[in-house]
Amino acid sequence: MLWLLFFLVTAIHAELCQPGAENAFKVRLSIRTALGDKAYAWDTNEEYLFKAMVAFSMRKVPNREATEISHVLLCNVTQRVSFWFVVTDPSKNHTLPAVEVQSAIRMNKNRINNAFFLNDQTLEFLKISSTLAPPMDPSVPIWIIVFGVIFCIVIVAIALLILSGIWQRRRKNKEPSEVDDAEDKCENMITIENGIPSDPLDMKGGHINDAFMTEDERLTPL
Amino acid sequence: MAHAPEPDPAASDLGDERPKWDNKAQYLLSCIGFAVGLGNIWRFPYLCQTYGGGAFLIPYVIALVFEGIPIFHVELAIGQRLRKGSVGVWTAISPYLSGVGLGCVTLSFLISLYYNTIVAWVLWYLLNSFQHPLPWSSCPPDLNRTGFVEECQGSSAVSYFWYRQTLNITADIDDSGSIQWWLLICLAASWAVVYMCVIRGIETTGKVIYFTALFPYLVLTIFLIRGLTLPGATKGLIYLFTPNMHILQNPRVWLDAATQIFFSLSLAFGGHIAFASYNSPRNDCQKDAVVIALVNSMTSLYASIAVFSVLGFKATNDYEHCLDRNILSLINEFDFPEQSISRDDYPAVLMHLNATWPKRVAQLPLKACLLEDFLDKSASGPGLAFIIFTETVLHMPGAPVWAVLFFGMLFTLGLSTMFGTVEAVITPLLDVGVLPRWVPKEALTGHSGMLNTRLHKPG
Repeated sequence: MLWLLFFLVTAIHAELCQPGAENAFKVRLSIRTALGDKAYAWDTNEEYLFKAMVAFSMRKVPNREATEISHVLLCNVTQRVSFWFVVTDPSKNHTLPAVEVQSAIRMNKNRINNAFFLNDQTLEFLKISSTLAPPMDPSVPIWIIVFGVIFCIVIVAIALLILSGIWQRRRKNKEPSEVDDAEDKCENMITIENGIPSDPLDMKGGHINDAFMTEDERLTPL
Repeated sequence: MAHAPEPDPAASDLGDERPKWDNKAQYLLSCIGFAVGLGNIWRFPYLCQTYGGGAFLIPYVIALVFEGIPIFHVELAIGQRLRKGSVGVWTAISPYLSGVGLGCVTLSFLISLYYNTIVAWVLWYLLNSFQHPLPWSSCPPDLNRTGFVEECQGSSAVSYFWYRQTLNITADIDDSGSIQWWLLICLAASWAVVYMCVIRGIETTGKVIYFTALFPYLVLTIFLIRGLTLPGATKGLIYLFTPNMHILQNPRVWLDAATQIFFSLSLAFGGHIAFASYNSPRNDCQKDAVVIALVNSMTSLYASIAVFSVLGFKATNDYEHCLDRNILSLINEFDFPEQSISRDDYPAVLMHLNATWPKRVAQLPLKACLLEDFLDKSASGPGLAFIIFTETVLHMPGAPVWAVLFFGMLFTLGLSTMFGTVEAVITPLLDVGVLPRWVPKEALTGHSGMLNTRLHKPG
């Protein structure tokens, strides 16, 4: 009799948790991808932890505070590691609706991930999409800060260049006397003709040639 | 070559001396900076790879020797001898040909409009590279935060960042769309930088050119060393340089080689005439022409080695990801243990599974992964820089550093070319005496810059 009951219970359990059954979810873990050499082996103890995490998530749902670990059924564990699970009600005859399980898992996905050292990509609940982390949005986008720095430097440099140009021009205008000296120098240039330097005609008029006596001094004063 | 001393035409006006280069190095670097531009990075490697690798070098060298160097020599010689910009030079040849000079000025003006837009894009990417993770590494989440933005998922995070978050591209070329304020301020900033460097003509350009002309070579060397140490680099290089002689029978190859030489050396834009006009007439322009042209071509080759070692890495990376995705599909479907199928075993395992479970295998999204397909996916122009390279940089450790280096290099390359283009506009205007003498040079350059910005608001 007891054996019959045992088989009946197992059979019901088997019916409740089957690949593709109503309200059943497939879970896939990629432990070696996530942890590499530090990967742990998936055994019944890990399965117990998983059941505990699912029960914990369900207990946070109002009206489901009585969920126990034994209410979570696992089946079809493969080497991948992947398996199916369902959550039953206290009577163990019906499975809880998928929507409830979904929302419970989504709310606690982070805790479940951390319990197994995995993340959203390596611990997948195939029908439950996870909420993405909010994007890191600093109050001022970084590119504007860099732009501001560069632009300020450029504006300051342009201002300095324009101002120094104006100062240089003012300094040039303040020295007109130098221009006259240049004219004198031109006229005293010595040109080279046939390799022999020769003085040009002296263009600067009014030079006194001392070889000639002046008109005044020809006649000696009385 | 000894000439008999002739009266110098420009020495007649002693009052207004033409500015001079501080030293020969500034002049050479300015011409090299003008010639070496974005085309050396993203056009030449593409041409090399499309037109049969090493075989493309034959029409390229022939075009360089028979077209590039002669025209370049003439440009430098005429600018240096007549000591005027393009308008003055053509007017001196024949007054009826002065329109050609005006054409050069107009051409350079129009080119500066679109070229500075590209520099503005590069500046935008450069500013965005100073963060980790890089903004184009992942799609932004949608409003519900249940998944990623749909448009981004359909293409890729990199394409989304380029087409949507940068350009905000419209569906049709007729639809000009609205002004993207972030691009507008980047455009204004790049014009401000160009103005700052050209403000007093070659006096300021000559100082900046030491940095803008030499920095790209430094970055190219860094990328070359980094690229050659990446896995898959040799495959990229072999693919690039494997000669395919039959392609030379296609006349298109010769046409493209000639076009590439012409635009690569920036011939007939008036920029080289302007730079050469600030030289002393006794300068040996023949040697300069050969040196600058050879440096330009060597830079193209150098850049293509760096670019293709990185692209080889990217192709290998994509190929391995493709294989990994297929392997994961198989493992998930048949519940094999993790990492049980290696990349080498994959073909054998696939055949075995196809034989035993054909229906289950058929419904899997398996893609055919061939390395040649990924190597073929090359691109030229902005696609290479803003899509392919940005994606490759994501896979290198220390991604923001490489992004900053790469876009900094593109920025300085664009800047040095802009100097030549802007100088090609300014020098003839100054020579012709468009403005009275009391207006300073700075005002002329400032007005050209502002006119450009206003004319070219990106939409």
